[in-house]
Amino acid sequence: MIVAVNVHLKKGVLDPQGKAVHHALETLGFKDINGVRVGKQILLDIDTEDKEKAIELAKKAADELLANPVIENYEIEVK
Amino acid sequence: MKVSVIVFPGTNCDRDTKWAFEKIGAEVEFVWHNEHDLKNPDLVVLPGGFSYGDYLRSGAIARFSPIMQEVKDFANKGGYVLGICNGFQILLESHLLPGGMTRNENLHFISKFHHLKVIDNNNRFLQNLNIGEIVNIPIAHAEGNYKVDEDTLKKMYDNGQVILKYCDENGNELNPNGSVDSIAGICNENKNVFGLMPHPERAMESLLGGSDGVKMIEGFMK
Repeated sequence: MIVAVNVHLKKGVLDPQGKAVHHALETLGFKDINGVRVGKQILLDIDTEDKEKAIELAKKAADELLANPVIENYEIEVK
Repeated sequence: MKVSVIVFPGTNCDRDTKWAFEKIGAEVEFVWHNEHDLKNPDLVVLPGGFSYGDYLRSGAIARFSPIMQEVKDFANKGGYVLGICNGFQILLESHLLPGGMTRNENLHFISKFHHLKVIDNNNRFLQNLNIGEIVNIPIAHAEGNYKVDEDTLKKMYDNGQVILKYCDENGNELNPNGSVDSIAGICNENKNVFGLMPHPERAMESLLGGSDGVKMIEGFMK
Protein backbone atom coordinates (compact mmCIF):
# COMPACT_ATOMS: atom_id res chain seq x y z
CA MET A 1 0.00 0.00 0.00
CA ILE A 2 1.34 3.40 -0.95
CA VAL A 3 1.03 6.06 1.74
CA ALA A 4 2.09 9.64 1.13
CA VAL A 5 3.49 11.87 3.85
CA ASN A 6 3.11 15.51 2.82
CA VAL A 7 5.48 17.78 4.74
CA HIS A 8 5.18 21.58 4.85
CA LEU A 9 6.73 24.34 6.89
CA LYS A 10 4.41 25.50 9.67
CA LYS A 11 2.19 28.49 8.98
CA GLY A 12 4.19 30.97 11.05
CA VAL A 13 7.51 29.89 9.51
CA LEU A 14 8.53 31.91 6.47
CA ASP A 15 8.85 29.73 3.37
CA PRO A 16 11.50 31.43 1.18
CA GLN A 17 11.09 28.89 -1.64
CA GLY A 18 7.33 29.45 -1.73
CA LYS A 19 7.89 33.18 -1.80
CA ALA A 20 10.32 32.92 -4.73
CA VAL A 21 7.97 30.65 -6.70
CA HIS A 22 5.07 33.01 -5.99
CA HIS A 23 7.11 35.92 -7.29
CA ALA A 24 7.99 33.96 -10.47
CA LEU A 25 4.32 33.09 -11.06
CA GLU A 26 3.35 36.74 -10.67
CA THR A 27 6.00 37.66 -13.24
CA LEU A 28 4.40 35.14 -15.62
CA GLY A 29 1.05 36.85 -15.22
CA PHE A 30 -0.64 34.63 -12.61
CA LYS A 31 -2.30 37.50 -10.79
CA ASP A 32 -4.93 35.51 -8.86
CA ILE A 33 -2.55 33.41 -6.79
CA ASN A 34 -2.38 34.85 -3.28
CA GLY A 35 0.45 32.76 -1.96
CA VAL A 36 2.62 29.68 -2.53
CA ARG A 37 3.98 27.19 -0.03
CA VAL A 38 6.54 24.62 -1.17
CA GLY A 39 6.64 21.30 0.66
CA LYS A 40 7.68 17.77 -0.06
CA GLN A 41 5.86 14.51 -0.58
CA ILE A 42 7.43 11.30 0.67
CA LEU A 43 5.87 8.08 -0.68
CA LEU A 44 6.09 5.03 1.54
CA ASP A 45 5.50 1.58 0.05
CA ILE A 46 4.17 -0.24 3.11
CA ASP A 47 3.86 -4.01 3.23
CA THR A 48 0.27 -4.28 4.46
CA GLU A 49 -3.32 -4.12 3.17
CA ASP A 50 -4.60 -2.80 6.49
CA LYS A 51 -5.24 0.90 5.94
CA GLU A 52 -5.25 1.87 9.61
CA LYS A 53 -2.04 -0.01 10.27
CA ALA A 54 -0.40 1.70 7.29
CA ILE A 55 -1.46 5.14 8.51
CA GLU A 56 -0.23 4.41 12.01
CA LEU A 57 3.14 3.29 10.67
CA ALA A 58 3.45 6.35 8.40
CA LYS A 59 2.60 8.61 11.33
CA LYS A 60 5.32 7.01 13.44
CA ALA A 61 7.84 7.43 10.60
CA ALA A 62 6.84 11.08 10.18
CA ASP A 63 7.14 11.81 13.90
CA GLU A 64 10.52 10.12 14.23
CA LEU A 65 12.21 11.25 11.03
CA LEU A 66 10.27 12.49 8.00
CA ALA A 67 9.12 15.80 9.53
CA ASN A 68 10.83 18.08 12.03
CA PRO A 69 8.06 19.06 14.48
CA VAL A 70 9.91 22.26 15.41
CA ILE A 71 9.39 23.79 11.97
CA GLU A 72 7.19 21.43 9.95
CA ASN A 73 3.68 19.96 9.84
CA TYR A 74 2.66 16.86 7.94
CA GLU A 75 -0.44 15.18 6.55
CA ILE A 76 -0.88 11.54 5.69
CA GLU A 77 -2.70 10.45 2.55
CA VAL A 78 -3.39 6.86 1.45
CA LYS A 79 -2.91 6.57 -2.31
CA MET B 1 43.12 18.46 25.99
CA LYS B 2 41.78 15.63 23.84
CA VAL B 3 39.38 16.49 21.04
CA SER B 4 37.41 13.97 18.97
CA VAL B 5 36.27 15.26 15.59
CA ILE B 6 33.35 13.21 14.23
CA VAL B 7 33.45 12.46 10.49
CA PHE B 8 30.25 11.61 8.60
CA PRO B 9 30.00 10.79 4.89
CA GLY B 10 29.85 14.29 3.37
CA THR B 11 31.65 16.11 6.20
CA ASN B 12 34.21 18.47 4.66
CA CYS B 13 35.54 20.67 7.47
CA ASP B 14 37.06 17.81 9.49
CA ARG B 15 40.67 18.50 8.53
CA ASP B 16 40.40 22.27 9.05
CA THR B 17 38.88 21.59 12.46
CA LYS B 18 41.66 19.16 13.40
CA TRP B 19 44.29 21.68 12.26
CA ALA B 20 42.63 24.49 14.24
CA PHE B 21 42.52 22.55 17.50
CA GLU B 22 46.07 21.26 17.04
CA LYS B 23 47.18 24.85 16.51
CA ILE B 24 45.97 25.74 20.02
CA GLY B 25 47.68 22.69 21.49
CA ALA B 26 44.95 20.04 21.58
CA GLU B 27 45.42 16.37 20.75
CA VAL B 28 42.92 15.57 17.99
CA GLU B 29 41.48 12.26 16.79
CA PHE B 30 39.03 11.60 13.97
CA VAL B 31 36.10 9.34 14.80
CA TRP B 32 34.19 7.75 11.89
CA HIS B 33 30.39 7.87 12.00
CA ASN B 34 29.89 4.09 12.33
CA GLU B 35 32.26 3.70 15.27
CA HIS B 36 30.98 3.25 18.82
CA ASP B 37 33.94 4.61 20.74
CA LEU B 38 34.46 8.36 21.17
CA LYS B 39 38.11 7.71 22.23
CA ASN B 40 37.74 9.32 25.65
CA PRO B 41 37.74 13.02 24.65
CA ASP B 42 37.44 16.21 26.70
CA LEU B 43 35.55 17.76 23.81
CA VAL B 44 33.59 16.33 20.87
CA VAL B 45 33.38 18.48 17.73
CA LEU B 46 30.83 17.93 14.96
CA PRO B 47 32.40 19.77 12.03
CA GLY B 48 30.81 21.44 9.03
CA GLY B 49 29.97 19.94 5.66
CA PHE B 50 27.04 18.17 4.06
CA SER B 51 26.57 14.98 6.04
CA TYR B 52 24.58 12.44 4.00
CA GLY B 53 24.20 15.00 1.22
CA ASP B 54 21.80 17.07 3.36
CA TYR B 55 19.12 14.55 2.31
CA LEU B 56 15.64 15.11 3.82
CA ARG B 57 16.85 18.01 6.03
CA SER B 58 20.36 19.13 6.94
CA GLY B 59 21.60 16.91 9.76
CA ALA B 60 18.48 14.71 9.80
CA ILE B 61 20.16 11.47 8.71
CA ALA B 62 23.43 11.96 10.60
CA ARG B 63 21.43 11.87 13.81
CA PHE B 64 20.96 8.11 13.32
CA SER B 65 24.66 7.30 12.94
CA PRO B 66 25.94 4.83 15.54
CA ILE B 67 28.40 7.40 16.89
CA MET B 68 25.58 9.91 17.57
CA GLN B 69 24.18 7.66 20.31
CA GLU B 70 27.60 7.90 21.97
CA VAL B 71 27.66 11.69 21.48
CA LYS B 72 24.20 11.93 23.09
CA ASP B 73 25.28 9.84 26.09
CA PHE B 74 28.48 11.89 26.40
CA ALA B 75 26.51 15.18 26.28
CA ASN B 76 23.88 13.94 28.73
CA LYS B 77 26.65 13.10 31.21
CA GLY B 78 27.92 16.69 30.96
CA GLY B 79 30.61 16.19 28.30
CA TYR B 80 31.46 19.21 26.12
CA VAL B 81 30.15 19.12 22.54
CA LEU B 82 30.63 21.78 19.85
CA GLY B 83 28.71 21.73 16.56
CA ILE B 84 29.90 24.00 13.76
CA CYS B 85 27.60 24.73 10.80
CA ASN B 86 26.35 21.29 9.68
CA GLY B 87 27.42 20.07 13.12
CA PHE B 88 25.03 22.65 14.63
CA GLN B 89 22.26 21.37 12.34
CA ILE B 90 22.95 17.79 13.50
CA LEU B 91 22.74 18.86 17.17
CA LEU B 92 19.36 20.51 16.47
CA GLU B 93 18.04 17.41 14.69
CA SER B 94 19.34 15.25 17.56
CA HIS B 95 17.44 17.44 20.05
CA LEU B 96 20.64 18.19 21.94
CA LEU B 97 19.93 21.86 21.21
CA PRO B 98 16.51 23.60 20.96
CA GLY B 99 15.02 24.87 17.69
CA GLY B 100 15.38 24.04 14.01
CA MET B 101 17.02 25.30 10.85
CA THR B 102 15.36 26.47 7.61
CA ARG B 103 16.62 27.77 4.26
CA ASN B 104 18.24 31.22 4.23
CA GLU B 105 15.60 33.89 3.67
CA ASN B 106 17.13 34.95 0.33
CA LEU B 107 17.62 31.29 -0.75
CA HIS B 108 21.32 31.90 -1.47
CA PHE B 109 24.27 29.96 -0.19
CA ILE B 110 26.11 32.69 1.73
CA SER B 111 29.89 32.41 1.99
CA LYS B 112 31.75 35.40 3.45
CA PHE B 113 33.29 36.88 6.58
CA HIS B 114 30.58 38.18 8.92
CA HIS B 115 30.78 40.06 12.20
CA LEU B 116 29.30 38.49 15.32
CA LYS B 117 28.52 39.98 18.69
CA VAL B 118 29.03 38.11 21.95
CA ILE B 119 25.68 38.08 23.79
CA ASP B 120 26.66 35.84 26.70
CA ASN B 121 30.08 34.69 27.90
CA ASN B 122 29.05 32.85 31.04
CA ASN B 123 29.99 29.56 29.44
CA ARG B 124 33.12 27.55 28.69
CA PHE B 125 33.18 28.30 24.95
CA LEU B 126 33.12 32.12 25.04
CA GLN B 127 34.72 32.70 28.44
CA ASN B 128 37.74 34.45 26.86
CA LEU B 129 35.54 37.07 25.18
CA ASN B 130 33.64 40.00 26.67
CA ILE B 131 29.91 40.60 26.37
CA GLY B 132 29.38 42.94 23.42
CA GLU B 133 32.76 42.05 21.89
CA ILE B 134 32.72 41.80 18.11
CA VAL B 135 34.52 39.05 16.20
CA ASN B 136 34.86 38.52 12.47
CA ILE B 137 34.28 34.91 11.44
CA PRO B 138 33.43 33.29 8.08
CA ILE B 139 29.96 31.92 7.44
CA ALA B 140 29.20 29.41 4.68
CA HIS B 141 25.71 27.96 4.61
CA ALA B 142 22.39 27.74 2.76
CA GLU B 143 20.36 26.72 5.82
CA GLY B 144 21.23 29.00 8.70
CA ASN B 145 17.82 30.54 9.21
CA TYR B 146 17.37 29.52 12.85
CA LYS B 147 13.82 29.11 14.14
CA VAL B 148 12.53 28.43 17.64
CA ASP B 149 9.17 29.00 19.33
CA GLU B 150 8.71 32.13 21.45
CA ASP B 151 8.43 30.42 24.83
CA THR B 152 11.63 28.46 24.30
CA LEU B 153 13.41 31.57 23.03
CA LYS B 154 12.45 33.49 26.17
CA LYS B 155 13.78 30.68 28.36
CA MET B 156 16.99 30.65 26.32
CA TYR B 157 17.52 34.37 26.92
CA ASP B 158 16.76 34.02 30.63
CA ASN B 159 19.25 31.19 30.95
CA GLY B 160 22.04 32.79 28.88
CA GLN B 161 21.74 30.29 26.05
CA VAL B 162 21.74 32.85 23.21
CA ILE B 163 25.48 33.40 22.92
CA LEU B 164 26.19 34.92 19.48
CA LYS B 165 24.31 37.20 17.09
CA TYR B 166 25.10 38.46 13.59
CA CYS B 167 26.00 42.16 13.42
CA ASP B 168 27.89 44.71 11.36
CA GLU B 169 31.41 45.91 12.19
CA ASN B 170 30.00 48.43 14.69
CA GLY B 171 27.91 45.88 16.48
CA ASN B 172 24.55 46.89 15.02
CA GLU B 173 22.30 43.94 14.29
CA LEU B 174 22.75 42.76 10.68
CA ASN B 175 20.94 39.61 9.67
CA PRO B 176 22.37 37.66 6.71
CA ASN B 177 19.95 34.72 6.65
CA GLY B 178 16.65 35.58 8.37
CA SER B 179 17.56 33.82 11.62
CA VAL B 180 15.23 34.74 14.53
CA ASP B 181 16.69 37.74 16.43
CA SER B 182 19.81 37.39 14.18
CA ILE B 183 20.95 34.44 16.28
CA ALA B 184 24.22 32.85 15.12
CA GLY B 185 25.07 30.59 18.07
CA ILE B 186 23.40 29.00 21.09
CA CYS B 187 24.03 26.49 23.86
CA ASN B 188 21.90 24.04 25.84
CA GLU B 189 20.49 24.61 29.29
CA ASN B 190 23.44 22.93 31.02
CA LYS B 191 25.92 24.94 28.92
CA ASN B 192 27.92 21.95 27.77
CA VAL B 193 26.53 21.65 24.22
CA PHE B 194 27.25 24.51 21.79
CA GLY B 195 26.16 25.15 18.23
CA LEU B 196 26.99 27.95 15.82
CA MET B 197 26.70 28.49 12.06
CA PRO B 198 29.94 30.53 11.64
CA HIS B 199 33.27 28.70 11.26
CA PRO B 200 35.81 29.70 13.95
CA GLU B 201 38.18 27.05 12.57
CA ARG B 202 38.47 29.13 9.38
CA ALA B 203 39.59 32.23 11.31
CA MET B 204 42.82 30.98 12.89
CA GLU B 205 45.45 32.89 10.91
CA SER B 206 45.51 36.65 10.27
CA LEU B 207 47.34 35.97 7.00
CA LEU B 208 44.24 34.07 5.85
CA GLY B 209 41.75 36.82 6.68
CA GLY B 210 41.44 36.80 10.45
CA SER B 211 42.33 35.03 13.68
CA ASP B 212 39.30 35.77 15.87
CA GLY B 213 38.50 32.06 15.94
CA VAL B 214 41.52 31.39 18.15
CA LYS B 215 40.19 33.04 21.30
CA MET B 216 36.82 31.40 20.72
CA ILE B 217 37.95 27.79 20.59
CA GLU B 218 40.68 28.42 23.18
CA GLY B 219 37.84 28.70 25.72
CA PHE B 220 37.69 24.92 25.68
CA MET B 221 41.35 24.62 26.68
CA LYS B 222 40.88 25.94 30.21
